[in-house]
Amino acid sequence: MTIGDFLKQDSEWLKGTGPSANIVMSSRARLARNIDKAPFSNWANRTQLEKIMNQAREAVSGSSLLKNAMFIRLKDLGEVDRTFLVERHLMSPEHAQEAEFKALIVDPGEVLSIMINEEDHLRIQILQSGLNLKECWRMIDEIDTEISKKLSYAYSAKWGYLTACPTNTGTGLRCSVMVHLPALVFAGQIGKVLQAVGKLGLNVRGLYGEGTDAIGNIFQISNQVSMGITEEDVIDNIERITNQIIAREDAVRKTILLKSKEALVDRVSRAYGTLKSAHIITSNETITLLSAIRLGVDLGVVKNLDRRMVNELFILTQPAHLQKLEGKGLDSSERDIKRADLIREKLK
Amino acid sequence: MQCDVCGKKEATVHLTEIVNDKMTKLHLCEDCAKEKGAEMEEHFGLSDLLAGLADLGATIEPEIAEAVKCSFCGFTYQDFRKMGRLGCSECYDSFKKQLGPLLKRIHGADRHVGKVPLMVGKTVKDARTMQELKQRMEKAIQQEEFEEAARLRDKIKEMEKKGKDEKDKS
Repeated sequence: MTIGDFLKQDSEWLKGTGPSANIVMSSRARLARNIDKAPFSNWANRTQLEKIMNQAREAVSGSSLLKNAMFIRLKDLGEVDRTFLVERHLMSPEHAQEAEFKALIVDPGEVLSIMINEEDHLRIQILQSGLNLKECWRMIDEIDTEISKKLSYAYSAKWGYLTACPTNTGTGLRCSVMVHLPALVFAGQIGKVLQAVGKLGLNVRGLYGEGTDAIGNIFQISNQVSMGITEEDVIDNIERITNQIIAREDAVRKTILLKSKEALVDRVSRAYGTLKSAHIITSNETITLLSAIRLGVDLGVVKNLDRRMVNELFILTQPAHLQKLEGKGLDSSERDIKRADLIREKLK
Repeated sequence: MQCDVCGKKEATVHLTEIVNDKMTKLHLCEDCAKEKGAEMEEHFGLSDLLAGLADLGATIEPEIAEAVKCSFCGFTYQDFRKMGRLGCSECYDSFKKQLGPLLKRIHGADRHVGKVPLMVGKTVKDARTMQELKQRMEKAIQQEEFEEAARLRDKIKEMEKKGKDEKDKS
């Protein structure tokens, strides 16, 4: 299997399945782990980085849970391939930079990935469709325990897992959910909601773009602190707050259907019309229009499309995905044409 | 819409800043946004934020603190203030005086209560139980529930003895 084969399958974060999948696109858990008595990746020299990579690779290769996983040295990949993995949420944008001693381990189902020599020696990640943080934690806990039998982790009884940045020290756990909140944005309530979430010790940011102007109305909610709180409590907090946001978004959706159905249908149909007939379209415009259509599908005003198809378009229209599909490099204006071609073809 | 800064080009980047609960919106063209972005990064880099907090509650003079060096990896506290990242896991011990207050400021707590790795699992769990027992015993004494306090005291003694025996064995 090569990373190109990923093109044939749905990315986990866009499968559109799992609990509350109409609003929660995906859930993710990430653990930061370091090898004891070795310099952190930013401070290690070439020999040390190579050693860390080999140690990590060996520890992981012995794991029964990772039997079929691919080991990818990032220096063997071109820029498009690296961006492709970032677009599929299998690694961070930072991991695609200065790639000489970096590696990625990823399972064929794209649920589990491990970044080696990012900011920390190991960054283990589990991705699940829908609101599913408990399952994310169950899986990542199991894998982490297995790896810890082979690798001696940097850990202190007082401060927990020791990480390169003190903001991750303690559990080393960052959990996040990606939520699609078009109705709250449409009704002008999103600012209030985001502010409230911020006050409860959680972080919110737009998946694309910034703050309340997030393109495509997709927001990522994650925990801020990792010390003085157990993993279970972190997850419980995020799930509870997310459930409240879901209820709010749902309520506003119902109100829109009841009171401004025509305006909604108009908006969704115009988005559909533009996507079906455009010959040149940017990535941002695509995301904005797809968000409207996704809402239309969720509310039953678009009948001949399913959520899976809309989700698929979210990712296939990203720059590196278009270039992988085309099999060659494309500049931004060539991409805008190819993107429009692809969307027209899919929506035919 | 035109850029708020240069007033010439089309604004494509929209920033929302919240200062003291007041929201201001900025609409910028790509060039001005890059400039603004660079400026913001300079002012609001994570390392600066951490560095700003890093002196909190420090009991030693900043100049002396800056020169403290990690004996394992050679990283200095000044390096940390510049980069916002530590050099190795031993740095936590080398800079513990400075990092304690900093961790507390970041997380609102300076004690880990989550997962414990297998290797150290038993000892740490025992220590946590022990701490809990001692706290309960003190509370019982305060509330004059002496029977309960005596029961807890015996339990603590038993645990201490068990710990000592295991140590002797190994």
